[in-house]
Amino acid sequence: MARFKTVEHTADIGIEVEADNLEELFEGAALGMLSIIVDPSSDIGRGIEVEVSLEAGDIEGLLFEWLNELLFIMDARGVLLSVFQVDGINDLHLEATVRGERIRQGEDRLMTEVKAATFHQLVVEKRGTWFARVIFDV
Amino acid sequence: MRLMIEGLKRISEYKWEMPVGFKEGMRVPGTVFADEELIEAASRDRALEQVANVAMLPGIVSASMAMPDIHWGYGFPIGGVAAFGRDGVVSPGGVGFDISCGVRLVRSDLREEDVRPGLRDLLAVMAADIPRGLGMGGKIDAPQRLLRKVFTGGARAVIELGYGREGDLEHTEKRGVYEGADPDRVSKRVYERGGNQLGTLGSGNHFVEVQVVEELFLPDVAGAFGLEEGQVTVMIHSGSRGAGHQVCTDYLKVMDRVVNRLGMELPDRQLACAPLDSPEAADYMAALACAANYALANRQALMHWVRRSFERHFSSPEETLGMDLVYDVSHNTARMETHLVDGEPTSLCVHRKGATASFPPGHPELPPAYSKIGQPVIIPGDMGTASYVLVGAETAMRESFGSTCHGAGRTMSRSKARKSIRGRELRERLEAEGILVMAGKDSLLAEEAPEAYKDVSRVVNVCEGAGLSRKVARLRPMAVLKG
Repeated sequence: MARFKTVEHTADIGIEVEADNLEELFEGAALGMLSIIVDPSSDIGRGIEVEVSLEAGDIEGLLFEWLNELLFIMDARGVLLSVFQVDGINDLHLEATVRGERIRQGEDRLMTEVKAATFHQLVVEKRGTWFARVIFDV
Repeated sequence: MRLMIEGLKRISEYKWEMPVGFKEGMRVPGTVFADEELIEAASRDRALEQVANVAMLPGIVSASMAMPDIHWGYGFPIGGVAAFGRDGVVSPGGVGFDISCGVRLVRSDLREEDVRPGLRDLLAVMAADIPRGLGMGGKIDAPQRLLRKVFTGGARAVIELGYGREGDLEHTEKRGVYEGADPDRVSKRVYERGGNQLGTLGSGNHFVEVQVVEELFLPDVAGAFGLEEGQVTVMIHSGSRGAGHQVCTDYLKVMDRVVNRLGMELPDRQLACAPLDSPEAADYMAALACAANYALANRQALMHWVRRSFERHFSSPEETLGMDLVYDVSHNTARMETHLVDGEPTSLCVHRKGATASFPPGHPELPPAYSKIGQPVIIPGDMGTASYVLVGAETAMRESFGSTCHGAGRTMSRSKARKSIRGRELRERLEAEGILVMAGKDSLLAEEAPEAYKDVSRVVNVCEGAGLSRKVARLRPMAVLKG
C-alpha cells in the first residue's frame, strides 16, 4: 500500500510517495495527485473504465507520462477518476486500468485544477522502498 | 543595516547581480530587479537557484533575469526573463503550461457611484454569463474547423463569430494574432482539450474583477489609455486553458528527447530545450503561436460576456457604456524580437515566464493609438489590495529586453494559505472593505488571499525605480469573480 504526502512549493504543489513496488508507487502518485484535485470527502463512482498503455525512455519519464495521461483523461474526456490499478510496469512500459465517473456541469467535488505534472525535481528511486517526488503546475 | 545575500552583489538600489560563479555552469550572470525586502523573499525559496539554472542554457544573451515579483517556479523562476541568440535555444518550460496566460483591461464611462448600488446583482449576472471553475465546459462549441481558425487567427477568429468588435484588435498585443502559427504542429489531444474550453475562465488565480480607478500617477498617459479617476474598469485574467497545457506537455517530451540526443547537460529536466535552428524548435514555436492565439481568443470571448453582462445589468448597449478595450498583454511567452546586442539590432528569442513586455514609445509593435505613449502594461494585484496600469519605458529595452513584472507574486504556498486563512472569514472581511467576492468554494478563496501575495505596490515601485516601467494608474477592486 502506497503512502503519499503533499509537499510545499511557493506557487505550486508537490507530492512525495513511498511504496513497496513500482506499481503501487504509480498508483500512490495518482492518488496523491487526485487528493489535490478533488475534495477528499468526495464519493466518486467507478462506472467508466479506461485502459491505459504507456511507455517512456526512463522511469521518471514514465511517471510524467502516467500522471499527464490521467490529467488528459479528466480534462479532455470529462472523467473524474477514482480508481487506479497499475497492472504492470515492465521495461518502461505501463499497463493500467483506471475507473471513474462523468464530471458533472457545476461540479462541486473539484478543488484545484492541476495543469500538468512537471519534470522539475522529478524523482523516482529505490531507497529500500520505492520513492517518488512530483511537482505539479497548479 | 545592509542586507547581505551570499554570492549576490548589489549593483544599484534595485538591481542585484549573481556573478557567473554563483553556481557552476553559468554562462552569463544573473540579474534580479528587487529591493532589499523582495530579494530577501526570493532567497527564502529556490528562486535564485532557478535564475542561476537558466543562466546555464546554451546561447543565453547578456543575463538570466528576474523581475521583482520573482518566486520559485518549475524550471524557470516565476518572473524570469531570458533571451537567446541564433546559437541559443527555446524552452517550453521557459513559457510554462499556461501559454500566453495574460490580462486584459476594459474601461467604461461608468463611475463608481453608478455601479456600487447594484454591484451584487451585477456580480450575479456576470457569474451566470461567464463559464468558470473546474469541469465547466464553454458556451462555444469549437469543432476542429473552428479550432484551426482560432489557432491561426487568434482574437480575430472569435470576433468574426460576433464576440467583440473589430476595433478591439487595435488594442490587443500583436493586434490579436501571433504570426507563424501552424495548426498541424499541435497534436490531436490539443484539439480534444481545446474543443469545449474556448471562452472559459478556468480556476486558480484566474478572475474577472470590477474595479475603480483610485489614483492616477501620469494623468496624460492615463488619458491616452482612456482612464480617469473614479471610473469603473474590468480586468480579465485567464490563459490558453487545456489546449495550452497540452502543447507544453507534448513539446516538453519532444525537447527531452532532443536533450538526450544532443547529450546536453541541464541542471533541471524541466529546462528541456532545443536549438533555435532545429526542426523541433520550429515546430514548438508554431504550436506555441497556436496556443497563444487560443488564449487571445479566449480572453476576447470572456470580454464579450463581460460586456453582455453590463448591457443586461444597465439595460444599455456596451458601446454607450464606453466599454472599450484598453489593452491585452500576455505574461507567459517566448517570442522572436529585435533588441540591441553590443549596439547591433539582433533577433532574439525572448522568454517571459511571469513577466510582461514593457515597450517604450516608438516601439514598432505598438498600435498607432499608443505609439507615442508607450505600451500599456496591465498588472493584476491581489483581490484585496490593488492592481496597476503601467506604461513601457525606454530603460527596459536596455535593462530587461523590454520586460517588467507581471503581478504581485506569491509569497505563501497554497496549502499554507488554506491552513492559516478561513475562506469564509476572508470573504466577510473583504466585503466589509467594500469588495464583493464570488468564488466556487470559500476554501479555495483562501489560496488567493491578499496575505498569500507580495505587496503589489512595492513590486511596481521597484519596477519604476529600476526604470522598467512607469506607474500610470492604481485600480481598487470592487467585485471579484473567481475562477
